[in-house]
Amino acid sequence: MNATRRPEFTFWRLVFLVLTATGTVAALLRFTRGLGASTNLSDQFPWGLWVGFDVLCGVGLAAGGFTITAIVYVFNLKRFAPIIRPTVLTAFLGYVFVAVALLFDLGQPQRIWHALVMWNPHSVMFEVAWCVMLYTSVLALEFSPIVFERLNLERARRIVRAVSVPLVIVGVILSTLHQSSLGSLFLIVPEKLHPLWYSPLLPVLFFVSAIAAGLAMVIVESYLCQRAFNHHLEMDLLETVGRAMAVALGVYGILRLQDLARRGVLPTLRHPSYEGGMFLLEVGLGVLLPIVLLAIPKVRMKEAGLVTSAFLAVLGFVMHRLNVSITGMERAAGVRYFPSWMEVAVSLALVAVGFAIFGWAVQYLPIFHEGVHRPRAVEAPAWLLAKTAPTLAGGALGSASQSGRPGRAE
Amino acid sequence: MKGAILFDSTKCIGCEACVAACKEKNNLPPTVDPKLTAYTWTVVEQRDKAFVRRMCMHCESPTCASVCPVGAFQKQLDGPVTYDASRCMGCRYCVMACPFGVPKYQWDRTVPIVQKCIMCPDRIARGEAPACASVCPTGATTFGDRNQLIGEARARLAAAPKSYVPRIYGLEEVGGTSVLILSGVPFASLGLRTDLLLQPLPMLTWQVLSKIPDFVVVGGAFLYGIWWITNRRSKVEALLAQEAAKPS
Repeated sequence: MNATRRPEFTFWRLVFLVLTATGTVAALLRFTRGLGASTNLSDQFPWGLWVGFDVLCGVGLAAGGFTITAIVYVFNLKRFAPIIRPTVLTAFLGYVFVAVALLFDLGQPQRIWHALVMWNPHSVMFEVAWCVMLYTSVLALEFSPIVFERLNLERARRIVRAVSVPLVIVGVILSTLHQSSLGSLFLIVPEKLHPLWYSPLLPVLFFVSAIAAGLAMVIVESYLCQRAFNHHLEMDLLETVGRAMAVALGVYGILRLQDLARRGVLPTLRHPSYEGGMFLLEVGLGVLLPIVLLAIPKVRMKEAGLVTSAFLAVLGFVMHRLNVSITGMERAAGVRYFPSWMEVAVSLALVAVGFAIFGWAVQYLPIFHEGVHRPRAVEAPAWLLAKTAPTLAGGALGSASQSGRPGRAE
Repeated sequence: MKGAILFDSTKCIGCEACVAACKEKNNLPPTVDPKLTAYTWTVVEQRDKAFVRRMCMHCESPTCASVCPVGAFQKQLDGPVTYDASRCMGCRYCVMACPFGVPKYQWDRTVPIVQKCIMCPDRIARGEAPACASVCPTGATTFGDRNQLIGEARARLAAAPKSYVPRIYGLEEVGGTSVLILSGVPFASLGLRTDLLLQPLPMLTWQVLSKIPDFVVVGGAFLYGIWWITNRRSKVEALLAQEAAKPS
């Protein structure tokens, strides 16, 4: 949309257009022809990329939201306040991404509301569904002051501000529950998931690795913002985030290796195998290497070193989730799974749209405290806000009409 | 009575009358797929010179019923594990989790549902045997009360110990199933998993899920406590700074 309004075609705009176009085609095929025709899923391999990447990684990479809000509001380390807004925005977009991806993955997405009224408290999936839904609402509320600020709705902003601490606490609890529960999903397949990934500790491992990945994403997204918006990198702050990330990765690495050793799985690595290779890649590149890099002050203090470590940690995290949901399940399934182009196209398009919304939000909302004080009467933001604000922050619905604009655009 | 099916592989001649009866009873398309699919709920496979039936095992503590977020699966008191398609939203967790790989999805449909053998619950409610058991010409598939069938199976093992592997498959697997299998060849060579846990799989997740209420209370109190301390600390600091700034 942006590109049609402004005819300058930058490289990334072109990428965005290509990704959303192929994604749209894939989406059409998915909803007209069904899952079987559009995906490489089968009875042997019922969960693929949309669960492994979109849901498991989407939720995990958004974990910065609860970590940073807890650090600032509960632990009262106010110096991290400047990174709250972009982090909460990333988290919120991450969860919306997951919800949209779920609509693609569910066989009958029109029944997604069934989880609200048809309860089965024995199901991990049921718990995840509720937590994700509630936490997305919490994130929308945590994000809403930014929109209220932009719309000059002082009263609404004060109301949300007043409940910010309980909101953060509820958010941390919900996050702890569902981040770990995404691991619990796989507790029920002890005879299917490869021993390199199956562990009674799965919920703990998922939780700790999500904290590390959430912190890594804070660094990655700050770096991307700096590239995209010339927003300066707050190195002193991010360096501390990097150290915290190293600690989280360290705890995760120890838990992981100790668990494998205790269950006697490590010696199996001596015999080369597909699973063994993927495991070494995941833990070597995505856990050990970033820990080593971050442990060296000279590397950590430099932008390139810090950002590289963060990218590696994110990569390792994504590999872990894909290994649990795909690599580790292939042997028992007896088939190899590789996503169809349509599965890849939908995932990439959703990521691209997420990036674009983030970009728009940074331009038109006070995400970074400085540099957004544009004259209020610009037409473009008003048009954009009227269109996106209601969806961005569900709570802002009423306020959009209050400020004289016709209700919602949807 | 808790209904169950006893399948005795040594008596099966592979006539597939059970498959045909199942197709007819459940209005399934007549083509028989070589493996279980959403449209073929039972098959007879020949392995190691023996015939074995594949079908839902109707677990005593079904994994599918436990994992389904909307409770579409239910273990009926009289044996069958049934499925309510009107609840299903298509997450396929049941397909992924079932230790026997039984629930199958309608991959060819735009609005698909899960399908599997449901042990003809309407027939059982009327006091009849499921369709497959009612047509079996050799008595390889029989229907009855689970405890009585276990007794029957033990009697067969005792009467002809040479022709059987001395074990009833389904007696203890994943906490027991309502389909019991006897075999003359090792169960593994029939393609049945012999490495399954002997406890119900739903326990694995319930151990974690059941702790949630406690976690919410303790975690909430803990976080509130930390906030109270850090908040008070900064208030005291601010007050002290104010005092210090006062000219006195």
